[in-house]
Amino acid sequence: MHLKEKLISAFDQSLDQLSFQQRRKESMERLKQDGFPTIRNEEWKYTNLQPLLKKEFELQASISSITLEEINEYILKDTDTYLMVFLNGVFQPNLSSISCQKAHISTIKNANEEQQKIIEKYWGSCLPKKGDAFVSANNGLAQEGAFVYLPKSVVLDKPLQIVYATKNDNALFTQTRSLVVVEENAQVQITERHQNFSDSEVFTNAVTEIVVKQNAIVDFYKIQNDNFKCSIVDNTWVNQANNCNCTVDTFSFGGKMVRNNLTFSMLGEHSESNMRGITLIGKDQLVDHHTLVDHLVPNCLSNELYKGIYDHNAKGVFNGKVMVHPDAQKTNAFQSNNNLLLTDDASIDTKPQLEIYADDVACSHGCTIGQLDDEALFYLRARGIPKKEAQAMLMYAFANDVLNNIKIEELKKKLNLIIAEKIGVELAIEL
Amino acid sequence: MLKIKGLKAGVEDNNILKGIDLQVNKGEIHAIMGPNGSGKSTLSSVIAGKEEYEVEGGSIEFDGTSIMDLSPEERAHLGIFLSFQYPVEIPGVSVSNFIKTSINETRKAKGLEPMPAGELLKLMREKMELLDIKKGFLSRSLNQGFSGGEKKRNEIFQLATLAPKLAILDETDSGLDIDALKIVANGINKLRTPENATIVITHYQRLLDYIVPDFVHVLYNGRIVKSGTKELAFELEAKGYDWIIKEVEEQCI
Ligand SMILES: Nc1ncnc2c1ncn2[C@@H]1O[C@H](COP(=O)(O)OP(=O)(O)O)[C@@H](O)[C@H]1O
Ligand SMILES: [Mg+2]
Repeated sequence: MHLKEKLISAFDQSLDQLSFQQRRKESMERLKQDGFPTIRNEEWKYTNLQPLLKKEFELQASISSITLEEINEYILKDTDTYLMVFLNGVFQPNLSSISCQKAHISTIKNANEEQQKIIEKYWGSCLPKKGDAFVSANNGLAQEGAFVYLPKSVVLDKPLQIVYATKNDNALFTQTRSLVVVEENAQVQITERHQNFSDSEVFTNAVTEIVVKQNAIVDFYKIQNDNFKCSIVDNTWVNQANNCNCTVDTFSFGGKMVRNNLTFSMLGEHSESNMRGITLIGKDQLVDHHTLVDHLVPNCLSNELYKGIYDHNAKGVFNGKVMVHPDAQKTNAFQSNNNLLLTDDASIDTKPQLEIYADDVACSHGCTIGQLDDEALFYLRARGIPKKEAQAMLMYAFANDVLNNIKIEELKKKLNLIIAEKIGVELAIEL
Repeated sequence: MLKIKGLKAGVEDNNILKGIDLQVNKGEIHAIMGPNGSGKSTLSSVIAGKEEYEVEGGSIEFDGTSIMDLSPEERAHLGIFLSFQYPVEIPGVSVSNFIKTSINETRKAKGLEPMPAGELLKLMREKMELLDIKKGFLSRSLNQGFSGGEKKRNEIFQLATLAPKLAILDETDSGLDIDALKIVANGINKLRTPENATIVITHYQRLLDYIVPDFVHVLYNGRIVKSGTKELAFELEAKGYDWIIKEVEEQCI
């Protein structure tokens, strides 16, 4: 059965057990009508989903256990953190550590009564009324997922790691849903990872909503290094009030098809949004970044820096849209997308899209596509650094300014190691 | 140490080196002079193994074995060092990390463990002092935004930390003011041992006041057209290159 039909029939069977019934129904209606996008849809021009959508996926996994040993490799261990582990969408309390005095960390399902009110208020609040098929499907059927609530002025004492693990005997379609609400003057750092622990194929549709209130600071790090049978459509929606700062960094190394939809809505003045990314992919991989910054009010700053390195026949897509509405005077919006193509078969389709309807703004965008510099390579090799390591050094150097911005030291180290492994060199350089 | 015979090299249909013979023994300093475009940098790049140049004939031996089939890194591991005329800017790689990687990759190629961090730091400090290099230098991005002089000093700093057998200094004096030139030349002299050798490539006799060569060669149009001792350099300084060029052209006719 086509994924769309499968989801609709699953919804009809489970509706009774679901929260937010009305909202879910509306969303599923939309999915019914619109269906999943094809490459005729401008937003999906370079990413063909049809082979995936036709595949037989199970919606319910048959495996329900995972051990800490399995998880260990995929998490930060030397840093004291909170940890939430989900398996096939189901929270694993025995592997997690979420007990926290000042903030609230739980699943959306298990939140207490008081928290349910907050969830009721914010669940779906960052999403557009008419979302696309993935948002609709997630709205319709996603159930458990991380809920993080930072009350006023609470600075979370350590980062939170969220691991959405999957493990199944057959191909699995899974949907995760995270909601992060950060009240006035509060701060939080979160890392998130989707990871498959079996040999079967996984297709994930993730939705994360991040609500950032006045003076709050949020750093959200996505580590995408899943195995080559996994595909993901990762939808992240951020609403920012005034004077706040939100960063979403996306590190894409693994997976077969990775589509990131990242949307920032600047709703309050004097706020800052940062989105950065490193993409380093190779054989048969596709990473598609679609970002949108919606400047609705004056005096905000958005900063976007995506770096991509493509080897073999890897395909990259970058589409960075910045909307500056008529009221959004004094907007500063900067975007840059730099790419290295290591082979003739690798490709990148990059498209900055600035739509500016205010006159007193400073906006810039730039994209570059290049190769590793032969002169620089020779220079390094003439100093005894072997070709492969020299190439690696240049790639690190290329990605360096993105890595440098990471606030969690161990994460920086871990990403360095992933990059070294991916390039096939031993050195993990402190640049 | 270095034995070059009948070396011909170029790019596509441009012959740049048209038969070079040069022998450098340990303990010696050779100067190669010659007008712009003679092929001096090409010769040094070919010795260092730059793949862009096609070698069409001749041989290069280092310590008795041919290095013609070796990669640039393998040549570096044998102890060949090229101080670049135009050092490349590499944003994002710090000077210290570059040197550390360079030293440790060379050690690795020789089957040695990486140099302990403390030792490495001590080595760098010592050489920084020798070349009068300021403290913040190590953490700067390699050559990025360096003045011409800083770039050249950085090359000699690398030379000092790597202590190669053969150093080829391609126009190290250009971009250096007289004080810097003295410091750099003094550094190079201090690094001399009876076991290593140096090839100094320069336009001007100026540097040779400080680094006194045993032999001077004039490279013109891809050939060494004249060799002599340091007096040849004085002669060139006084009379320019034209008389040699004339001599060569007359011989050709
Ligand atoms: N990579 C190259 N491609 C084409 N021509 C080159 C290249 N390298 C050097 N040449 C040419 O070879 C000649 C010698 O250059 P070079 O070795 O740099 O001379 P020098 O260092 O003596 O000034 C010049 O005419 C130069 O243009
Ligand atoms: Mg030159």
